[in-house]
Amino acid sequence: MTDTILVVDKLKKYFPTKRGTVKAVDNISFSVTTGETIGLVGESGSGKTTTAQCVIGIYPPTDGEILFKGQTISEAFSKRSKALKRDIRIVFQDPGSSLNPKRSIKQILSVPLKVHRVATKKDHLTKIKSLLAMVELPPDEYMYKYPQAIGGGEKQMVAIARALATDPSLVLLDEPTSALDVSVQGKIINLLMKLQQDLNLTYLFITHDLSLMRNVASRVAIMYLGKLCEIAPTVEFFQNPTHPYTKMLLSAIPVVSQEEKALKPTKIASRGEIPSPVNVPSGCSFHSRCSEKMDMCAQDDPVMVEIGEGHVTRCHLYQDTKVAASIEQEEGVHAQDPVDQPRGDG
Amino acid sequence: MREQLRTDLLVSLKQKRRGFAKGWYKFSRNLLSVLGLVVLILIVLAALLAPYITPYPEHAKPYTNFKDAGKPPSTEHFFGTDRVGRDIFSRVIFGYRFSLTIGVVVLSLGVAPGVILGLIAGYHKGTWIETVIMRITDIFLAVPPLVLALAITAMLTPNLTNQMMAIALVWWPWYSRLVFALASSLRNEYFVREAELTGASKLHIMLKEILPNCLAPVMTKMTLDMGIVILLGATLSFIGLGVQPPKPGLGTMVAEGSKRLPGEWWGAIFPALAIVVVILAFNLVGDGLRDVFAVEEV
Repeated sequence: MTDTILVVDKLKKYFPTKRGTVKAVDNISFSVTTGETIGLVGESGSGKTTTAQCVIGIYPPTDGEILFKGQTISEAFSKRSKALKRDIRIVFQDPGSSLNPKRSIKQILSVPLKVHRVATKKDHLTKIKSLLAMVELPPDEYMYKYPQAIGGGEKQMVAIARALATDPSLVLLDEPTSALDVSVQGKIINLLMKLQQDLNLTYLFITHDLSLMRNVASRVAIMYLGKLCEIAPTVEFFQNPTHPYTKMLLSAIPVVSQEEKALKPTKIASRGEIPSPVNVPSGCSFHSRCSEKMDMCAQDDPVMVEIGEGHVTRCHLYQDTKVAASIEQEEGVHAQDPVDQPRGDG
Repeated sequence: MREQLRTDLLVSLKQKRRGFAKGWYKFSRNLLSVLGLVVLILIVLAALLAPYITPYPEHAKPYTNFKDAGKPPSTEHFFGTDRVGRDIFSRVIFGYRFSLTIGVVVLSLGVAPGVILGLIAGYHKGTWIETVIMRITDIFLAVPPLVLALAITAMLTPNLTNQMMAIALVWWPWYSRLVFALASSLRNEYFVREAELTGASKLHIMLKEILPNCLAPVMTKMTLDMGIVILLGATLSFIGLGVQPPKPGLGTMVAEGSKRLPGEWWGAIFPALAIVVVILAFNLVGDGLRDVFAVEEV
């Protein structure tokens, strides 16, 4: 069960703009194991969606590599093979705009079946019905409806059914619940978890909702201004957060009961807003908001260090801990790149 | 399998009917549009049945009766008679045949290529394909349609067929511009992106994903354009580059009648009014349709 399905290796995605280069994703590395749910969490503009878009191929990366099942897929989707398109699928945030309003649900679901020849033409209908049943929508009732005639949660179910129609192994969930009512969110999440079990899916779950990750993810990765701050197994992440940004985010989760409050780490007030990605602060990009800022933070960008089993953090507070040699070496090479001179562009 | 196809068909028919009923309800809220539709239906019926309902159907053909020439409107000749004694009312009804033919033929010739080119250009926004198609479109749009149609008709023999071809040739760019604008924004919608990521063909994306979302504005524009095309046709006929006398083109009749203004005013005024009425009817219907589609999109 420990095969790695996806490796993102020093991925960079820069967007040239009139005001300067936006480093949407700046040198991030992580890997995803088959069958797990990795939560990619960050504020708006932290680059989490861009990361997913690089994986699915909407943007080819500026630099770095993406490996899927051991093969490099660092190219735009138009150059990808059909088999690859079939194996990696995406569910977008807003089901209102990801379903064509002029096409019935039956027509929408038949597209992946036709393109990938999932079923013979005769079996299309059976397959569509079983897909709808899979996402707990009564097939005969919903098949002929148009997206505008059904609710937001139901639309997202259809979008999930469409993503799963090709029997993928990796599904990117780009904030699949944040456009929905809270009452529907739970239903969608439960469905996703059930489907993951049944179909042995791997999820790259992008969200800004940290508390959701506690129940859903097996590992959580925090992004800030295009860089990863901390990756940790979920339990470790919530019990023993190390990066000041993680601590800040965790203490910002609203709680109701005393028990919940007891679970939270030391209280750190959230300060300021995420800076513009065009003008990233020098050194550690988080130093402008950090509660434990030191002098060196404004000059040197810290490197990723492993401080526990699968627990990686990027902060000067932990730089002198026992460092995994391989990580330091790799990162050390990169750290010599001048930060303010982007290499290449998109 | 056959059973299923039948239920498919039945359900989609039922839904179409429901959609139509909803659309009609919205349309009927606008009384002026309903009035326009009624007038339009009357005009179309009259034009279709012209030989049976007009009092003097033979007056649409070469015919002279100088005894009755230049008579003012009366119960016998509703719109009076022209300088060779033909009943103007009968000729106006027959004239609608030409006008409607021009509208229908020009739009069916011009809209399809315009829509297809706009779709291709819009989907390929930012590439050389867009540049080529849209610059050609711009060149056509830069020349006023009347002037271009004039030039083309003048080069060819002036008759109805050539006139229609000329107008169609200047009409498609408006549709390619309209559909280009729609398609180039639709191509960024997530449902198009999803289809691309699934691996659907370009043809599928353009025809099945983008085009259905362009049809409402195109249909509205077609209704509004019918009036304008009819006016352009009448204008060309007026200056002698369209329907040739003795055929009863509305523009041709205005031209003939205008020589005898202001004395025999009925010769020019009634055909001119007929043009106004049909254009107004199309515009009212077009406005109503626009409201129907606009509300639907919200």
